[in-house]
Amino acid sequence: MTPLVTNIQKYSIHDGDGIRTSVFFKGCPLKCTWCHNPETQKYTNQLLTNESKCTGCGYCAEECPEHAIRIEGGKALTDQKACILCGKCTDVCPQNLREMAGKTYTVKELVKELKKDEMFYEESGGGVTLSGGEVLANDMDYMEELARELYKSGISVTIDTCGYVPYSHFERILPYTETFLYDIKSMDPEKHRKYMGEDNRLILENLEKLSKDGARIYIRIPTIKEVNGTEEDMQAVIDFLLEKKIRTPQVNLLPYHNTGSSKYERLGTEYEGKNLSAPSKEEMEHFVKMFQQAGFHNTKIGG
Amino acid sequence: MEERGMNARIKALRKLSENTQAHIDMERAKSETETYKKYEGNLSIPELRAQVLKDYFATKTLYIGDGELIVGEKGDGPWAAPTFPELCCHTVEDMHVMNDRELISFKVKDEDYKFQEDVIIPYWEKRSIRNKILNNMTQEWRDCYEAGIFTEFMEQRGPGHTVGSVKIYEKGFLDYKEDIQKAIDALDFQNDPDAFDKRNQLRGMSIACDAVMVLGKRYAEYARELAEKETDETRKAELLQIAANCDVVPAHKPQTFWQAIQMYWFVHLSVTSELNPWDAYSPGRFDQHLNPFYEKDVEDGILDDEKALELLECLWVKFNNQPAPPKVGITLKESGTYTDFANLNTGGITPDGKNGVNNVSYLILDCMDEMKLLQPSSNVQISRKTPQKFLKRACEISRKGWGQPAFYNTEAIIQELLNAGKTLEDARRGGTSGCVETGAFGNEAYILTGYFNLPKIFEITLNNGFDKRTGKQIGLALGHATEFETYEDLFEAYKKQIKHFLDIKVQGNNVIERIYAEYMPVPFLSIITNDCISKGKDYNAGGARYNTKYIQGVGIGTITDCLSAVKYNVFDKKTMTMAELMEALDDNFEGHEKTLNLVRNKTPKYGNDDDYADDIMKEVFSYYQQEVSRRHNTNGGMYRVDMLPTTCHVYFGEVMGASANGRLAEKPVSEGISPEKGADVNGPTAVVKSCAKMDHLQTGGTLLNQKFTPNVVAGEEGLDQMANLVRTYFNMDGHHIQFNVIDKQTLIEAQKHPEDYKDLIVRVAGYSDHFRNLSKALQDEIIERTEQSFN
Repeated sequence: MTPLVTNIQKYSIHDGDGIRTSVFFKGCPLKCTWCHNPETQKYTNQLLTNESKCTGCGYCAEECPEHAIRIEGGKALTDQKACILCGKCTDVCPQNLREMAGKTYTVKELVKELKKDEMFYEESGGGVTLSGGEVLANDMDYMEELARELYKSGISVTIDTCGYVPYSHFERILPYTETFLYDIKSMDPEKHRKYMGEDNRLILENLEKLSKDGARIYIRIPTIKEVNGTEEDMQAVIDFLLEKKIRTPQVNLLPYHNTGSSKYERLGTEYEGKNLSAPSKEEMEHFVKMFQQAGFHNTKIGG
Repeated sequence: MEERGMNARIKALRKLSENTQAHIDMERAKSETETYKKYEGNLSIPELRAQVLKDYFATKTLYIGDGELIVGEKGDGPWAAPTFPELCCHTVEDMHVMNDRELISFKVKDEDYKFQEDVIIPYWEKRSIRNKILNNMTQEWRDCYEAGIFTEFMEQRGPGHTVGSVKIYEKGFLDYKEDIQKAIDALDFQNDPDAFDKRNQLRGMSIACDAVMVLGKRYAEYARELAEKETDETRKAELLQIAANCDVVPAHKPQTFWQAIQMYWFVHLSVTSELNPWDAYSPGRFDQHLNPFYEKDVEDGILDDEKALELLECLWVKFNNQPAPPKVGITLKESGTYTDFANLNTGGITPDGKNGVNNVSYLILDCMDEMKLLQPSSNVQISRKTPQKFLKRACEISRKGWGQPAFYNTEAIIQELLNAGKTLEDARRGGTSGCVETGAFGNEAYILTGYFNLPKIFEITLNNGFDKRTGKQIGLALGHATEFETYEDLFEAYKKQIKHFLDIKVQGNNVIERIYAEYMPVPFLSIITNDCISKGKDYNAGGARYNTKYIQGVGIGTITDCLSAVKYNVFDKKTMTMAELMEALDDNFEGHEKTLNLVRNKTPKYGNDDDYADDIMKEVFSYYQQEVSRRHNTNGGMYRVDMLPTTCHVYFGEVMGASANGRLAEKPVSEGISPEKGADVNGPTAVVKSCAKMDHLQTGGTLLNQKFTPNVVAGEEGLDQMANLVRTYFNMDGHHIQFNVIDKQTLIEAQKHPEDYKDLIVRVAGYSDHFRNLSKALQDEIIERTEQSFN
């Protein structure tokens, strides 16, 4: 199946080096509680609505062939189960509040779009970041071709990954990838299963292999008080990196934020991470120091 | 109010400047009326004009404020606005409006209403240039002017946009007097039929030299007088040094950094007291002009960076003390601000092509950062040779969110100037002034003549040449909107209307130019502009080496989106008929929500790096540009286009009904070459790429305003990428970019009116998103956070 793209974000300056264009693909093998791109979790199309801003004009309901939309209390309410994802309602909303998450591109079309900002990549040392969802959990023929075509055009490719994929997928894309942004979310397998839906064994194994195979890896740690926000948690990551001799030119500690929470509402689902929180600024700075003292000099807060 | 300034002296001066109310000062008008009554008919016009300046400077109230190191005011003190009845003779009602209006007010003294009525109006009403201009314009021209098709710059203010060169630091006015005398002596009364006229012009220039020297001499005497009375020894010494400076400049060339700044200021006062030219007067390549003095003084041990910065900050206050002369009517609308657009260029390259950034360049940036004043506005010229450190320092100030400095592309400026026939050296000495206008500093009269309303002309085209607002047929009758069978036919009609209105505008300009050439010479400005002395010709009559006239196109974003909406929806996709669209426009889209949604949200728009829309922009621009640039002006030069609006995009919107892109009636049109508000949804790189599809090198300047929230440009990463964005735009020949880093208030507005802020990107946390797409709660959170990220 051709991977679905939810968003092509230009002037993306915190997802790798320089000015980049980030492509967000749909579908992920993990289900992180706090995921800030919930519309990329499923591999299929999804309808995003926006009831809080809806004025209840009813144009969408008129247009819907399945009568899946009804107006109640001045709002258009959508029955997601009855929706056949035809997208007709997205064309008529005067507020432009309805959109379809998930669009297909041929590799050729996508490369053409991504080359538009070539001059910015060259000036800034930037390029394209493939993100998601999980890039490497999608059709690997497509992804390999995409990475290769970008590489052949002289565009630097960065892969943003959760690591929970067969290692063979890494091998296919490795020759064309300049940098991997590799997430470590928890060193504790139980916690990992609890918050991410799967344990971390495969992720850590892949990281070790990838490093041995000479990949350039930036370690990224979404830092959440309740999940991995203690000194012990951080020390465990440091110990692992040192023990496995994982070379990394950069470590990014990404403090938790709840900015994705409104998207759950737009998808008609519940945000389960309401009780999560970010460590304090002082704690974050302390974690950075721990990494730096362990020899990871280029560690910073944020992307 | 926030106190700024490097020390107590500057803080006090700045505070006074920021807290003083603008007021009308009648002294100049009184003095001028007396001079005219005494000499009109006896002296030639150039001599008479110079005599006006000399008499004013010989008698005017002097002002040296406490702690000032640079001296001289145009009127009786800070924020005094002398009037220029020879240009625009205000009615008593005008004076009341200026006094009473809430915005841009000028306080008028009680006795001055009567003086205006009894003395000024009877003498100047018929003599004023404004009266001459309006009397000489055709009915056709007046109808277009009233309909808001174009504006007229010279109707209340003199031709300007003039920028100083290195000339005033190389010679004193005694030297210029000598040069002028030599030119008079060399006149060939045997063979040159213009010899007599040239002599009068040159005599006028000679009197103008006397005028500025009288002012310098009086300030020297006044400073000495104050020094005598001064009990504080430090201040006494300063006053004596001010006197010593004024003994040297303007009669002689400056010897020190301090004197060089004082010299500039005397010249500035003279140009802006002689007439009130648009955009006051500007120092030009100030860092390069001052650097030799700076280096020498540092070497001699009489100057350090702190002292140099203090002198610059004193000058900044002086600039800020000068409001733009009071404007009324349409001229106020096209430029509704106290700002007089004096600005200066730093960086760029030297006349021999080397990197032009020096220590003074950095001091000027420090000064503007510290002072945070709207005047003088500061430009940085960024060349391929400009060090990254300088660019980043400029970005660092720019991201503080008040829009300065603006960034200009040195290579583009040079190519624009070469393309307009300047020599390479003159081009390298050039830069930008006013808003973004390119000129060969010290060698060129590049006069802005008026804004040109591109979207309004499309409205007229759709209505068969008829203007619904004024109820007049002002355009050509080429058919109603519904009668065009193809998009191409419609676009052809639009082009014909553009040409029609340009003909009317330029015919008016040709008359106005001759009125200024004949009645309003500027002998002082002519002294300091090459080659007026050697030609024996006034600046306003074509005496400068280069003479360019600009017509500024406004609303390219709006017109592109209008054409795109019609092409895409009516002709290509056939989602609506032309009749349906016209009905929606007539109803201001009320009851036509579906039509509005299609043209506003489902149509390719300029500013998204989408060729469908951007190709339309290119077609409109290149037709407009070629149709303007092929025309000659009466001063021996050519017309060129600028793409900038000042505040005219608001006025031009007010005279229009709803437009095809979904813009509602009376709302502003797009500004500069920026996309229509809310049309660009793909971020800054897409905006910059769309804008770069315009051929900037064929213009005399374009203006791009890029909005960011503070957190997008925060941190080292944000700063680096901001610098890279500038570099990349300039690699693509972009002329100018300025950053509007959004403040909290704007975010609150954006929350209330998301449709107007569709392009607003906020840095959320690990990623960026469009502000409009965030929940209210998150928007609130970001609004709360915004102020912190200014730290």
